[in-house]
Amino acid sequence: MGSITLDHVNKSFGGHAVIPDASLDIADGEFVVFVGPSGCGKSTLLRLIAGLEDTSSGTIRLDGVDVTDRGPAQRGLAMVFQSYALYPHMTVRQNIAFPLKMANVEKSLAERKVNDAARVLNLTDYLDRKPRALSGGQRQRVAIGRAIVREPKAFLFDEPLSNLDAALRVNMRLEITELHQQLKTTMVYVTHDQVEAMTMADRIVVLNAGRIEQFGTPIELYKRPANRFVAGFIGSPRMNFLEGAEAARYNAHAIGVRPEHISIAPAGGVWTGTVGVAEHLGSDTFLHVHVGNTLMTVRTEGENAFKHGDTVSLTPAPDRIYRFDRDGKTLNAPSLN
Amino acid sequence: MAHAASTQRKIGMTILAWVVALLLFFPILYTLITSLKTEGEAAAGFSLIPSFTLESYRDVLALRDYFRPFSNSVIISVGSTLLALVLAVPAAWAMAFTPTPRTRDVLMWMLSTKMMPAAGVLVPMYLIFLYTGLLDTLFGLTLILTLVNLPIVVWMLYTYFKEIPVDILEAARMDGATLGKELVYVLLPMAVPGIASTLLLNVILAWNEAFWTLRLSTTNAAPLTAFIASFSAPQGQFLAKLSAASILAILPIVLLGWFSQRQLVRGLTFGAVK
Repeated sequence: MGSITLDHVNKSFGGHAVIPDASLDIADGEFVVFVGPSGCGKSTLLRLIAGLEDTSSGTIRLDGVDVTDRGPAQRGLAMVFQSYALYPHMTVRQNIAFPLKMANVEKSLAERKVNDAARVLNLTDYLDRKPRALSGGQRQRVAIGRAIVREPKAFLFDEPLSNLDAALRVNMRLEITELHQQLKTTMVYVTHDQVEAMTMADRIVVLNAGRIEQFGTPIELYKRPANRFVAGFIGSPRMNFLEGAEAARYNAHAIGVRPEHISIAPAGGVWTGTVGVAEHLGSDTFLHVHVGNTLMTVRTEGENAFKHGDTVSLTPAPDRIYRFDRDGKTLNAPSLN
Repeated sequence: MAHAASTQRKIGMTILAWVVALLLFFPILYTLITSLKTEGEAAAGFSLIPSFTLESYRDVLALRDYFRPFSNSVIISVGSTLLALVLAVPAAWAMAFTPTPRTRDVLMWMLSTKMMPAAGVLVPMYLIFLYTGLLDTLFGLTLILTLVNLPIVVWMLYTYFKEIPVDILEAARMDGATLGKELVYVLLPMAVPGIASTLLLNVILAWNEAFWTLRLSTTNAAPLTAFIASFSAPQGQFLAKLSAASILAILPIVLLGWFSQRQLVRGLTFGAVK
């Protein structure tokens, strides 16, 4: 079991509230991702759950039990750090066995658990090496191994993939998702990468300046963003925003259209502009189009003839236009299928 | 051309380094030379060529007991170092990993005690030692050397601990380690190079300390510093014997330094290059 409840949690450093007031219910077995720009408080929130930071007020409950005043060692959670945080003076075997040693697990049982974890993570051949003799991906797997042997109530991941190169990151992303499907243990995962958030999460918490902007499934956040911040943060490339007269036509302070919801033609559309940069990815092409003073991104098929300097005409899908008020709140969720 | 200039520069720097090294080493070298002279030669004036006699060494070892002050030196230098370490590890841990806005000030204050002239507190310290019966005891000398070197030990350990990523200690906490286990299984093993060089340096400093050891000991606890001083007699200097005594006193620590120089250099430059 591993449900996590935050009840009006506040964290302040010297009078400055990093987390003003966060309430959250994470169900047992859920994969929840905290996402937001750097400095939004997502790591602090995770560290509060871990017990590595003390709350200033509010309560944290694990499986309904108040653990606010318990130290990290007493919460029964496991954490994987961005820096891996392996013990450099211990072998891989000793690293993975460390939590079991701390819990006074009987030696032969501990050994079996370490071997099982090593097999699952493809580390069997490296058990007697020191961390410095491993690659980044292997180190990350050791860190995960150290977390899984003790069968924690929940796993906490603090940007675990950001030190890996792009190809490895995709692999590890799949491995962690697969691990979650196998173990069915609660996972809380912090990242600044919205692609990681969208692909891995059951539910996503979008944070901005210490506030929870929205908590929902990836598709909910994509289809029904609560406000302009979430609309801009979720989706890649990000949503285009227009203000002023164009927005006023839709009776809003600002409107937003995603790059994939704009069709492009040589003429006859709603907005006319000039192609600035065309990014060809093979499968798609991202066209950056200057419309007046606004730079709009349009996603089109991989092969198309538009190039720098072309005059083009853009048409938004009428049922995919998001409207925002002056405070950035979403005025409507467009009628979605 | 540039190649020739850089070679010339290298030769120049090499010569300079040798000259400086020789200048620094010269007093010890001259002490060694003098210790191998007869008293007559030693008094005759500057000369680099001794008669290679071991007469002074024989006299010195016949006149005074060497073993007692030697073992006293070992006991107080090693003892004070271990005691300082026991006190300094928790202090440095606290300041390195849970710093407060005042941590820097506390460290500066500790270090500032080293800037105070020791003679300024000689009388009160002497009286305290006198009234508590610590005068001329090994325990008393161990205690005073611990206090004298504690600021440096704390500073050095603090510097080493700062180099250890706090993530790793937090990982240990997440893995269920109590504070004690975190120190024993994670922090201390990782800090071994730093702790080793702190130990070495402190043993050397304690071994060489003369101000307090000379004043707070007479016979029972007198270490090698007192052994040397006892050959400096008011009725006339016996330079060869004084030199021989000095060589005998510094020999153990020079040997220690020689065999541990790699560790010492590594420790002293720890963190400077990353």
